[in-house]
Amino acid sequence: MSIMQFNGSAIVAMVGKDCVAIAADKRLGQRALTVSTDFQKVFPITERTYIGLAGLATDVKTLHDRFRMRVNLYKHREERTIEPKTFAHLVSHMLYERRFGPYFVEPVIAGLDKNNRPFVCNMDLIGCINYTDDFVVAGTADNNLFGMCESLWEPDLGPEELFETISQSLLNAVDRDAMSGWGAVVHIITPDGIIERELKGRMD
Amino acid sequence: MDFMMHSEQQNQLEPTQAPVERHSHNQWNPYVDNGGTSLIIAGKDFVLVASDARQSVGYNINTRYDPKAYELSNKTVLATSVCSADAKRLCEVLEQRAQLYYHKHERQISTQALAQQLSNTLYSRRMFPYYVFPLLGGIDAEGKGAAYSYDAIGNMERVTYKAFGSASALVQPFLDNQIGMKNQRGAEGERMLTREEALRLAIDSFTGAAERDIYTGDWLDIFIIDAAGVHKETRELKHD
Amino acid sequence: MAPPADTNAGFKFDNVKRNQLLSDKGYNLPRATKTGTTIVGIIYKDGVILGADTRATNGPIVSDKNCRKIHYLAPNMYCCGAGTAADTDSTTNMISSQLALHSLNTGREARVVTAMTMLKQYLFRYQGHVGAALVLGGYDTSGPHLFTIHPHGSTSELPFTTMGSGSLAAMSVFESRWRSGLSRDEGVELVKDAIEAGIFNDLGSGSNVDVCVITRGNVEYLRGYSTPNERVPKEQSYRFARGTTEFIVPRTAPSNDESSAMDVSA
Repeated sequence: MSIMQFNGSAIVAMVGKDCVAIAADKRLGQRALTVSTDFQKVFPITERTYIGLAGLATDVKTLHDRFRMRVNLYKHREERTIEPKTFAHLVSHMLYERRFGPYFVEPVIAGLDKNNRPFVCNMDLIGCINYTDDFVVAGTADNNLFGMCESLWEPDLGPEELFETISQSLLNAVDRDAMSGWGAVVHIITPDGIIERELKGRMD
Repeated sequence: MDFMMHSEQQNQLEPTQAPVERHSHNQWNPYVDNGGTSLIIAGKDFVLVASDARQSVGYNINTRYDPKAYELSNKTVLATSVCSADAKRLCEVLEQRAQLYYHKHERQISTQALAQQLSNTLYSRRMFPYYVFPLLGGIDAEGKGAAYSYDAIGNMERVTYKAFGSASALVQPFLDNQIGMKNQRGAEGERMLTREEALRLAIDSFTGAAERDIYTGDWLDIFIIDAAGVHKETRELKHD
Repeated sequence: MAPPADTNAGFKFDNVKRNQLLSDKGYNLPRATKTGTTIVGIIYKDGVILGADTRATNGPIVSDKNCRKIHYLAPNMYCCGAGTAADTDSTTNMISSQLALHSLNTGREARVVTAMTMLKQYLFRYQGHVGAALVLGGYDTSGPHLFTIHPHGSTSELPFTTMGSGSLAAMSVFESRWRSGLSRDEGVELVKDAIEAGIFNDLGSGSNVDVCVITRGNVEYLRGYSTPNERVPKEQSYRFARGTTEFIVPRTAPSNDESSAMDVSA
């Protein structure tokens, strides 16, 4: 088994019409043993940029703290809020710096830029950025999520439609993955604010 | 040039040695994974069986049209996945068994009997299995669509829908959602699809899978089996 | 003039011991995204043409259907990358920055051999562990140049070249149809056909063809020059009715008015 499968996770982000959504499951496990059903994997970076970290839970927590420090430093130095694309490059550099001893995380970034344009990307564990205008996935249910998103996603979904599409994609994907699930949390990022919702999932 | 490969090898290496890839004495492996995906959906009075036709090994396409679903009779279709050679042999064996049944009992083998026969055939090779994950579709004694899924050693289950093969992880949750109606508020269990709905779902499953799975593509064979017989349709998928 | 300082020499190794420990305990270390890739380059009558497919894979799954594999190095130079995706991205990016500083220092356009030397020295230093296989093309004072650079740092200059998992498919097109003195249109067509040979016959390559034509003082970057693999329309829409998914609004939903606050909690 790969170390990326040790704790289990499923994260997905999607682009909608003038909005983006990011969702993650809530399970924390040690291999097949479920340890927690309320583990945070998606973190706010600014009020319009979120990052989801799939992979080894210890690195998820460590990196979240380090990102927070770097983003706070950026705010002090630049006297402005970091843009999602800039933040993506920050993450990419922090991961590639450890090219030969990586953190075991696959990040997913979703946000709106200063012109309210949707931004979504993901990375591999050494920081190779993949920009996209549809959806990105990460975690142990990544193949399941690819299949769901490839079928369900369509362009120009409004915030409420996007919520249904991303929620159905995630819930049905994690139900076929033993390592993720146990509920989920969805964030819809719109120009007017964040819509945060929790989903009940199967507990098996 | 995968970096993990090197870091593993560096364990055994002297610092002055170059980290060249060393070939271990690979044992000969009788099995090969030829990729590809198969799908089955049972309806009220029909069953749909679909398979892509790409046959590949590694990064190479052996052939773009190697059908993985076989018409065993005018009311049963067998869809396979993984090892193409084993699948072909399994079909021959099953056809022979069906013939023997015909001559012995002077009537065509029923779908249920053939389904059990397939399970027995697979289990008879418990210690050196056919590397095949079959899906069998037909019409049962009551005229209903019957779909059976198996593992490689003959564990049999009657299902309403199932996907096997290299893109099964991509397709199965989609079918759970769209046919099983899973995670949808107010939905009452599995849906009985019409022929048209089943066809649309099968096509969208495969076009989606062909986008993301490198082993699924080229051509799609769709069989719809009903009381009138087997209707076959071949569609184009992406070739990249 | 002293060469510009190597700005990316600072890899960190503080996780290596931990990762090695996990590896020893039997947890397989994960793989990075690789670009299966077909990349090519040719010399033609007036310059150089580079070509690439746009598929990035993670094992048997396509992780990016339309990625950029022809990287900018300098105004007169571009570089196709195959291998570990993060390595090709960062290596070309870093060398591009060094080349910019180099031309500002010298007040001249950088030469293609300079870029080639910088790349090979960087890759050689990492003994193949930086897994970048490159096709470098450009036009400078000494005319058009086309180089291939292997992950260990060896290089060759050739009139036509291919790399990546689709290199054999692409090379079969070049070996049968390349000649010296091709026109621009013939060259672009040949490069497109070579990449398409890779796209269709190699499973590691796919999607679209990117082409880049570099001539004296001019670059034409033709992103998505050929798109032979557009997805067909879906048979039906899978939009859900509002209210299909059950949800609750968490008690600690973020309020937007304290948005300007900085998170400094322990």
